[in-house]
Amino acid sequence: MDADKMRRALVRIAHEILERNKGTENLVLVGIRRRGVPLAERLQRIIEEIEGVKLPLGILDITLYRDDLTTLSSHPIIHRTEIPFNITGKKVVLVDDVLFTGRTVRAALDALMDLGRPQNIQLAVLIDRGHRELPIRADYVGKNVPTSLKEEIAVQVKEIDGVDQVLIRALPEKTAGP
Amino acid sequence: MALKSKHLLGLKDLTPQEIELILDTAGPMKEIIQRDIKKVPTLRGKLVVTLFYEPSTRTRTSFELAAKYMGADTVSIATSTSSVTKGESLRDTAQTLAAMGADAVIIRHSAAGSPVLLSRYIKASVINGGDGMHEHPTQALLDMFTIREKLGRIEGLKVVILGDILHSRVARSNIWGLTKMGAEVRVAGPPTLIPQGIENLGVKVFYRVEEALRGADVINVLRIQRERQKKGLFPSLREYALLYQLTPERLRLAKPNALVLHPGPMNRGIEISPAVADGLQSAITEQVTNGVAVRMALLYLLIGGGN
Repeated sequence: MDADKMRRALVRIAHEILERNKGTENLVLVGIRRRGVPLAERLQRIIEEIEGVKLPLGILDITLYRDDLTTLSSHPIIHRTEIPFNITGKKVVLVDDVLFTGRTVRAALDALMDLGRPQNIQLAVLIDRGHRELPIRADYVGKNVPTSLKEEIAVQVKEIDGVDQVLIRALPEKTAGP
Repeated sequence: MALKSKHLLGLKDLTPQEIELILDTAGPMKEIIQRDIKKVPTLRGKLVVTLFYEPSTRTRTSFELAAKYMGADTVSIATSTSSVTKGESLRDTAQTLAAMGADAVIIRHSAAGSPVLLSRYIKASVINGGDGMHEHPTQALLDMFTIREKLGRIEGLKVVILGDILHSRVARSNIWGLTKMGAEVRVAGPPTLIPQGIENLGVKVFYRVEEALRGADVINVLRIQRERQKKGLFPSLREYALLYQLTPERLRLAKPNALVLHPGPMNRGIEISPAVADGLQSAITEQVTNGVAVRMALLYLLIGGGN
């Protein structure tokens, strides 16, 4: 995907969120670190342009909830979770760049549950690349990109990588698989 | 990024990058402490044991809370009520802990070097909770975290450590840590309570507290122990307080927003005046919260993975 296709996908997702939730009432956005955050910020901006309402935005770091920490040789760096509002009773739209095995989203669900009792949790992703290992599904998808386990999807955003694009590339030989 | 050793025996052995990693990790941990449900599942299934041969309220509870918030199980051994009173050696105690499946042991002991000894008898990660007059690394780490959080940095700051430097493991760990992070460290106290040759650690020595305080960014006040007075190291508590107590007047010699720290427990009216202890510049109560955050970070970095 190039920058224009990314922008159009996000605009469409924003409209779908508003349509399905019949407006902005009780709605909040939570971006999953790292690249879910700039995407959530863009959705916030687009929704503000459409409806004139600025949705509350939170940042979620799921590192401490990962199920694979004991398999890693060195510790992932932890960043702050910043959700400065109560999520109890709210409709939380989780935002991430790529949906793959579903384990990141599972960790995000556990993290959110420790923070309150939302009315519901919805999931918006820019790319769904398949290969789910858990029964997790997205409510809003920018683009479905079937991939093989020998490939990886890289979503790049201006805020972090200096450019907006989505790339699919082959993994180096020995690290194939999730 | 990881810590090089699976133990935390002292700040003397850590690199500035490792110290930075611990402080960076403690920030997000502090956010967890401020939630309603203070729990993450990261260290589920791990056992953290506190083995304290000396009394402690702060440090022991702080480690226990840190472990519990990270989801670990905890066991507290206060040796005054354990088989140590029957003469059980450190080595045998260690083997009992190993058999229990301890993943981390925090030890406080009056003999310097006991954490090193323990680390030779046990596979678990050993954390030094204070060994004799040698080091108290987690106290210094939380002091540095407090400084960095309040003042934005450590490098270039003028930090005064005030009091009984001679007998203080808190002072020694702070000296190691602060000099590694680029602070200018000043020690101040009566000549009888400052060790000879301490300038070799890269600190400036002051026997007059007013001179040390001039332009200081941080003052870390150490507890004066009454037992030392009985040994004739200073004439009386009253005289110590007259010459070295951190009073509001003396505090004004430091920079306007200078930070006041104290490892606790405080002797109000002796080393620190109540007005300063409870004043706006005091970060003493926040040190306690920061202590839990720093210890959570440490447990994550030491046992939160597949080592």
